[in-house]
Amino acid sequence: MADISPLLPVSSSDGSSDLTGQATCRRPIKVVVSIFFGLLTVGLFAALLIRNNGSVDYVDVHENERGSLASMAFEKAENLKPVSRGLAAGVSEKSNWVFGGDLPDYPWNNSMLSWQRTAFHFQPEKNWMNDPNGPLFYKGWYHLFYQYNPNAAVWGHIVWGHAVSKDLIHWLHLPLAMAADQWYDKNGVWTGSATILHDGKIVMLYTGSTTEGVQVQNLAYPADQYDPLLVHWVKYPRNPVLVPPPGIGPNDFRDPTTAWLTSEGKWRITIGSKINKTGIALVYDTKDFINYEMLDGLLHAVPGTGMWECVDFFPVSETENNGLETSINGPGVKHVVKASLDDDRHDYYAIGTYNDRNGTWIPDRPNIDVGIGLRYDYGIYYAAKTFYDQNKKRRVLWGWIGESDSEAADVKKGWASVQSIPRTILFDKKTGTHLLQWPVEEIDSLRLKGKEFNQVRIQAGSVVPLDIDSATQLDIIAEFKIDSDALEKATGSSDASFDCATSGGAAERGALGPFGLLVLADERLREQTPVYFYMTKGSDGNLKTFFCNDQSRSSKASDVDKHIYGSLVPVLRGENLSIRILVDHSIIESFGQGGRTVITSRVYPTKVIYGAAKVFLFNNATELNVTASLKIWQMNSAFIQPYPNL
Amino acid sequence: MGNQNLIERTCKQTPFYDLCIWSLKSNPESRDASVKKLAQIMVDSLKTKATETLDLIDELLQDGLALDPEMQKALTSCAERYNVIIRGDVPEINEALKTGDYKFAAKGANDAAIEANSCEIEFPTKSPLTDMNKVVHDVSVVAASIVKIIQTKFSF
Repeated sequence: MADISPLLPVSSSDGSSDLTGQATCRRPIKVVVSIFFGLLTVGLFAALLIRNNGSVDYVDVHENERGSLASMAFEKAENLKPVSRGLAAGVSEKSNWVFGGDLPDYPWNNSMLSWQRTAFHFQPEKNWMNDPNGPLFYKGWYHLFYQYNPNAAVWGHIVWGHAVSKDLIHWLHLPLAMAADQWYDKNGVWTGSATILHDGKIVMLYTGSTTEGVQVQNLAYPADQYDPLLVHWVKYPRNPVLVPPPGIGPNDFRDPTTAWLTSEGKWRITIGSKINKTGIALVYDTKDFINYEMLDGLLHAVPGTGMWECVDFFPVSETENNGLETSINGPGVKHVVKASLDDDRHDYYAIGTYNDRNGTWIPDRPNIDVGIGLRYDYGIYYAAKTFYDQNKKRRVLWGWIGESDSEAADVKKGWASVQSIPRTILFDKKTGTHLLQWPVEEIDSLRLKGKEFNQVRIQAGSVVPLDIDSATQLDIIAEFKIDSDALEKATGSSDASFDCATSGGAAERGALGPFGLLVLADERLREQTPVYFYMTKGSDGNLKTFFCNDQSRSSKASDVDKHIYGSLVPVLRGENLSIRILVDHSIIESFGQGGRTVITSRVYPTKVIYGAAKVFLFNNATELNVTASLKIWQMNSAFIQPYPNL
Repeated sequence: MGNQNLIERTCKQTPFYDLCIWSLKSNPESRDASVKKLAQIMVDSLKTKATETLDLIDELLQDGLALDPEMQKALTSCAERYNVIIRGDVPEINEALKTGDYKFAAKGANDAAIEANSCEIEFPTKSPLTDMNKVVHDVSVVAASIVKIIQTKFSF
């Protein structure tokens, strides 16, 4: 039967064509050559692949077996092996052995590389960046500082970069805020946070790596509080103000938070660390940011989570739709503890209750405690930090988006990493368990012309092209309606063990999914990045919805990450499924259900660049028809550039 | 003699036990080394092997006239990758080990493995670098494994 899925590589024996009218037949010779080459490579790397037990994350993560080393060692080899489409898709394992049947394109010419640079995401003019630091709003300007390597496109020699903006979108580069010029930060001017005092003055606490490689906390402040640009910074002459306390390792003490007021009128901060394999958050009180008393207890700790980096601690309102200043406490207020886990390089958060008297916090739901539960973002996203924007009374979240290509490509293109578009962060009143993230409203000012598509019917097993001019800088807001009859009729199964990461991606057909969008896809779907929902029905009849981002065919290149990102997304009764996607060259940020589940992904196509990029709707489910309504805007550049005439 | 145990225990937790043992034991500094030092020794070994491979690539490229264009293209790309291993990855790993931000040591080591793999698959037919690419790849993987041990070990 002609159950066509044009997403699947059609073998030469099946002459069917996809709905765009183009056959995607593979010529026989390519199959032969690829099998030959595949076998050759099998011989070379057999030892590696035998040991590879299951899909793992790109860089050093193994979610199934924390601490298992053998599998970690081979995850890079995993990049060579695309996720198998599976026998159900009519494709044999062998022909997909290494490259999905095609010889590798010569990697990375200048055209491909220069296309990757983003148009409206913050990034320095060149070189390496990582964590966002000390974000704040002061005298009319938003400030962003960031970890920066002035010498190369790889991590190292870290100092503080600096930029300002009136609207969190149009950034102007300023000179470096702090260099590694003191013994206490010679080996790295690392992450820190700003606190705005009662009188409006700013203090900055940051981690320095000393000449001996010990992690200490240092104090710095603006050289001139009347300079709205805060160009020059002064380090407190008697730094460090904090050194690793007894029982804490010299390399396990970093990333101090913004301070908040205790009921006694002292300032309180927390600093992440670990004891053996337990991730912890230490607490210190201070009146002057120079002298500190460490509390006996910890803010919180979770066994097995390892080192907590970039801890963040902040209040959220259970009832209001605005952010809360960091010191707020009381009824109707919950507190969030967030940690970046060094072991798996993901950012986790949990919502709970803060006890001001003893400086402790407990999660509402210990089963989804910090480090074992919810993540800010299920893609490539780390070292996130919030700040309270007193200008617009919102809490804004920054996150570092690294590269998932090879460092050779980064060196060749001369830069690495971007920051996410800043997101507002709110307690999700509807679920009570999640935070909602959403791009700041100022991003809407970049919208140029928009095109609306209403009630587009996408039948099971089809792809619908969307006719828009250019598709590398987009804001897409889409809503999907599904046939509730189909949901009822679908038989429940033990398919309920679905997980985006271990699935066959957008090519794996289920009864109720996948369906969604293909971005950075070309006409022939040779390269494509699906962002989609996948619904499952358990044997108990309960529906679960997953939100995924499939990188497995995002590029023909073999040295980029090909894993599938995603997670469960709560969908409440009566809600339509919704996705917002920001496409900006080599980065896509996707928001499911209003930001309940978010996935950021880096995409490095070899063909789908410039005018070749297109957008499609797709529905690869077998038993579900879907209707989509969407609006797509072209996005202007943010023209991020050096501050003029400084 | 005293550190035999640590070296063996460490190498058992890497996927290439023999290579790990050999690389560490052939360096006299492994005698009383901490796990962190063993990682540093492994990185030195990575740098040595990568440099040898780059030297070979340069030699092969000198024989320019004898090479077909595909081979030349692949070798040039490999040279770029090996330059990144030596001048990008190795310093990154070393700085991360020294300052204790281990995720960047893991990143650098993992990337070196990718660069070696990527070089190998650039050759459309027979690669002249197979053995050396495999060594560099495997040494990188061992280094990454040792970094993982440092990250997750008890006590500091």
